[in-house]
Amino acid sequence: MSVVIDILLLGLMGITAIAAIRMKNLFAAVMLTGIYSLLSALWFLILDAADVSFTEAAVGAGFSTVLMLSTLTLTRSAEKPSRHSPILPLFVVVVTGAILVYATLDMPGFADPEAPIHTHVAPHYIEKSEAEIGVPNIVTSVLASYRGFDTLGETTVIFTAGVGVLLLLGIGRRREDGDE
Amino acid sequence: MNWIEHYNYWMVILLMMLGFYTIIARGNLVKKIIGLNIFQTSVFILFISMGKIPGGVAPILRDDPTTVYSNPLPHVLILTAIVVGVATTALALALVVRINEAYGTIEEDDIHDLDTGSL
Repeated sequence: MSVVIDILLLGLMGITAIAAIRMKNLFAAVMLTGIYSLLSALWFLILDAADVSFTEAAVGAGFSTVLMLSTLTLTRSAEKPSRHSPILPLFVVVVTGAILVYATLDMPGFADPEAPIHTHVAPHYIEKSEAEIGVPNIVTSVLASYRGFDTLGETTVIFTAGVGVLLLLGIGRRREDGDE
Repeated sequence: MNWIEHYNYWMVILLMMLGFYTIIARGNLVKKIIGLNIFQTSVFILFISMGKIPGGVAPILRDDPTTVYSNPLPHVLILTAIVVGVATTALALALVVRINEAYGTIEEDDIHDLDTGSL
């Protein structure tokens, strides 16, 4: 049953993505991206990734849609048709896609319990995290303790991006106003 | 070979190539960022697909010792990736706003014309 939902949701995501890309009105395209993110959040939930699901719903579907809409109010919402022929990009994309499909033929099948990803550190996290960390949610134990330095790096990236946005939109503009 | 075993990977590749096409073929800067977002999500789907175990449940510990849990490691990596992805999207959108202030347009072709003085 969950395989049927998996196939349906991924199909819907493909359709939404194509619609978002074809849309000339950027407001409609951004709203379709929001729907696309919500569908992916639903799909994460079907595949047992509850933490990923609510992060995607809040941050991917909520926050980034708001950011894009506010960018559109500051710029413009209609897209001009491109002057270049789409043949070269299409050729590049089809060739890259074909190579990637060829590469997946060596991948372990979907939901294969013997896949290499399940045989290294993951069993340790599942068996030992309650004794070593004491938090019932294994994702939290790994995120905040076993891989805490990763999370520190993540917050550094977010801090840098925040400073970058402030410098681009806030402080720089105020100084220009002062010069005039 | 059973096609259902590889369906998720092929949908990932389809979404990834849709995003890739938007990034290289569309001239509108906001459209490029939408393409980048679709590309990003396809990578998330690839990772979460690999973490699934048949009959598994979300990796939150239960008292029943026979429970099978899905692999928590890809979930952690993708949690980090989602948040970092939004941070880079915010930075890219701030750049778009600045480009619009400096050039009065967010179309790549028009910016190129203004830079080479052919308009």
